[in-house]
Amino acid sequence: MSVRRLAKEQPASFAFSADSQAKADWWKAKYPAVRKQSAVIPMLWLAQKQEGWISEPAIQEIAKQLEMPVIRVLEVATFYVMFQLQPVGKVAFVQLCGTTPCQLRGALDLKQVLKDKIGDANHVSADGKFSWEEVECLGACCNAPMAAINDYYYEDLTPESLAQILDDFAAGKAPKPGSYDGRGASEPKGTIHTLTDPKLYDGSYAKKIKIPNLPEKPKATKAKPEPTA
Amino acid sequence: MAIAKVNGVEVEFEPGMTVLQVAELAGEEIPRFCYHERLSIAGNCRMCLVEVKPGPPKPQASCALPAAEGQEIFTKTPMVKKAREGVMEFLLINHPLDCPICDQGGECDLQDQAVGYGRDDSRYEENKRAVEEKAMGPLIKTVMTRCIQCTRCVRFITEVAGSPEIGLISRGEDVEITTYLGAAVTSELSANVIDLCPVGALTSKPYAFEARPWELKKTESVDVMDALGSWIRVDARGSAVLRVLPRNNDDVNEEWISDKTRYAVDGLGRQRLDRPYVRDAAGRLAPATWSEAFAAVAAKIKTTAPERIGVIAGDLQDAESLKATKDLFTALGVKNLDSRQDGAALGQGPREGWLFNSTIAGIENADVVLFVGANPRLEAPVLNARFRKQWIAGKTRFGVIGEKADLTFDYDYLGAGAQTLSGLAKSKSDFVAALKAAERPAIIIGQGALARADGAAILKAAAGLGKTIKVVRDGWNGWNVLHTAAARVAGLDMGFVPAEGGLATADMLKPGALDVLFLLGADECETAATGAFKIYLGTHGDAGAHKADVILPGAAYTEKNGLYVNLEGRVQMGKRAVFPKGEAKEDWSILRALSEVLGHKLPYDSLDQLRAKLFADHPTFGQIDFAPGSVATSFDIDALGVAGEVSDAPFESAIKAFHLTNPVARASVTMAECAAVASGAAKIAAE
Repeated sequence: MSVRRLAKEQPASFAFSADSQAKADWWKAKYPAVRKQSAVIPMLWLAQKQEGWISEPAIQEIAKQLEMPVIRVLEVATFYVMFQLQPVGKVAFVQLCGTTPCQLRGALDLKQVLKDKIGDANHVSADGKFSWEEVECLGACCNAPMAAINDYYYEDLTPESLAQILDDFAAGKAPKPGSYDGRGASEPKGTIHTLTDPKLYDGSYAKKIKIPNLPEKPKATKAKPEPTA
Repeated sequence: MAIAKVNGVEVEFEPGMTVLQVAELAGEEIPRFCYHERLSIAGNCRMCLVEVKPGPPKPQASCALPAAEGQEIFTKTPMVKKAREGVMEFLLINHPLDCPICDQGGECDLQDQAVGYGRDDSRYEENKRAVEEKAMGPLIKTVMTRCIQCTRCVRFITEVAGSPEIGLISRGEDVEITTYLGAAVTSELSANVIDLCPVGALTSKPYAFEARPWELKKTESVDVMDALGSWIRVDARGSAVLRVLPRNNDDVNEEWISDKTRYAVDGLGRQRLDRPYVRDAAGRLAPATWSEAFAAVAAKIKTTAPERIGVIAGDLQDAESLKATKDLFTALGVKNLDSRQDGAALGQGPREGWLFNSTIAGIENADVVLFVGANPRLEAPVLNARFRKQWIAGKTRFGVIGEKADLTFDYDYLGAGAQTLSGLAKSKSDFVAALKAAERPAIIIGQGALARADGAAILKAAAGLGKTIKVVRDGWNGWNVLHTAAARVAGLDMGFVPAEGGLATADMLKPGALDVLFLLGADECETAATGAFKIYLGTHGDAGAHKADVILPGAAYTEKNGLYVNLEGRVQMGKRAVFPKGEAKEDWSILRALSEVLGHKLPYDSLDQLRAKLFADHPTFGQIDFAPGSVATSFDIDALGVAGEVSDAPFESAIKAFHLTNPVARASVTMAECAAVASGAAKIAAE
């Protein structure tokens, strides 16, 4: 992780679209009026969903809407790595996991694919459609190597499948998220060798245990039905 | 009272105190960086670790841990020692070893605590992190590599100063203290973060590389930049005042001072009058000797009738020079004396009429406060921090008649001018209802309302409102005048106002009203119209000196021992830190010498004798460091002011440019830079 700064080149202005503004208002309404600033993270997220990244005018706009000091919004935006402070690819923004399990399973090869197809990390491709960055563990180690592209995880990747996915994005298709080697989810690959005993699942191993220090059971009384208005 | 044990010694403490405070009660010193008595608790430096029983067997951050009955606190065990050494080692990992070129050196918490609680050597050989410098305006110099992220500056600016402009951005190893995109901090209290910074990350820009703390002569004195009389320490080397720092006084300034108090002192070395001047036949001010100057003054005064002589006293004068001036000119038969350059309608009736009767500390007990023609943020920034503190605590409701300014706290805006004030008692608004129902209501009336032609009528209207809502009641006096001039209350207390039949400032300055005008450090009044012969006794080549015919060089507030009376009536003693410049003399001794030339020798030969006379004539001056507060129950608020027509012009604050209110500040380069930033001129020039 490097020092998180606002992008050098900033748009002149930012405005929430009608749709985003409606969502923002919903978030704002969730909190008491004096605690409006609680909506800062959802608002930043909405701005990022709309533009792909968070610009300085967006920070100003959110501070204005939530009536909070603009430095407080900047603090939040720079704290969370999920907020992109630089422009990202408009079609696909690839966050490739480079942490140990993924690296052992071939993330370095995937990195080469991204370099060849998109260019250097943290740079938007010339056509503005693609960008990528290496991120720390995204918690899908069972399906390593993996990458998060836009909002979804693409798992069990190979250089070929990743290249195909990028080509599909470039062609305007929406590649299917999930595992790319035939697994449904994170179950073991191939034959199952462990936890195969069916008795594990029929309850026959279960023992009755006595839990100490339980509160006394309330005496059985007939509960009155709640009055209906 | 609960009882805890600190290192085996029993200590009684108030419930709600933290372990750190209890340990301090027991006399144990706990090292700390982020904890500060007047800020919220952050608990992020971890330097205050202690061992506490009962509790988990690990060191605990004592600043954030509430003390409990029967708790055992240990501050000297091997575990605590090791924990402190560990924390200190972590802090020093990224702290540069640049103490020899750091301005904090010699008064650095990190330096002191590293010696006191750290290891004797370093095991860290890797590179240290480096952080870019940040721009924070003309007062705060940043060397952010030295920052240890205690966040005191963030908490001060957010909580006390109320202009949340400093923040801690990014996270982990990359955290940085910064303002938003390098903007200057706009608060009038901003430079207090320099004192709060426990390391050399935020240091004083005007004082950069000037001196080491052990080279300085430290003099404890009081401030004259506003009427608050903040306690200050004047640090001087040789004949130069290098800096001013706050002193702790819970009754006045807590431990903050305004940027003007702190930084106007570079004006003490510029534009100074260091020798007498007399205007020659060609109309130029020519250097003269003291005897020539006195001869010129005497020749003029002796040939002028007392009715044609006037005296106006300035805003920075000490009580002794006011007293000597008053005694001298009263002896000459002069009735035209005024210490109110702005013409404020104060000075008649009982002393409570012009004091801040709730006292500065006592105003915290008010539950509803109405500001009339006052902008406390500009007129008394340190006092404003108290209002903000009350507002944060939710104890007080505020209302404003006057300018709709950002006061750093929310208020009910009632209206702009006198019409609102007159109609307020009958208003049905929510705030007025609260004001009437309040247990301890307060009216704070500023010079913006009083220093106008209809000031006396406005005073009457405000006093009438005060009567209606009973601001003066048993055990509470909520009638408060917010002064802006340090010398004003002293002047009013000794009756430095026109005698029966005498002229006030505005009348004295009318064309042809007078033949001789004696200006005692008076620079804030427009003397162009009067054709009088002007004698100026003062310190700076400012408005008063420019138009003067004779200039008598006096001593600035750091160059004389003097008494000052702050807005709550507290008499405080200022001390001399350096000697007056060049041939300048202390003001009272100039007047004493002049009196002899004029043939009306003043009856005192030393400052002590002068003070004895002052105390004898005006006993309130003898009560050093005593704020009368609401002791007088006989105060009839209704007697204040004079009924009359009020104009509907809106109230304007008495202070337009905060940084340029007096001759010292106007001579200061630092204040000029601040004023340029504040007015946006610097930004325009850069573009």
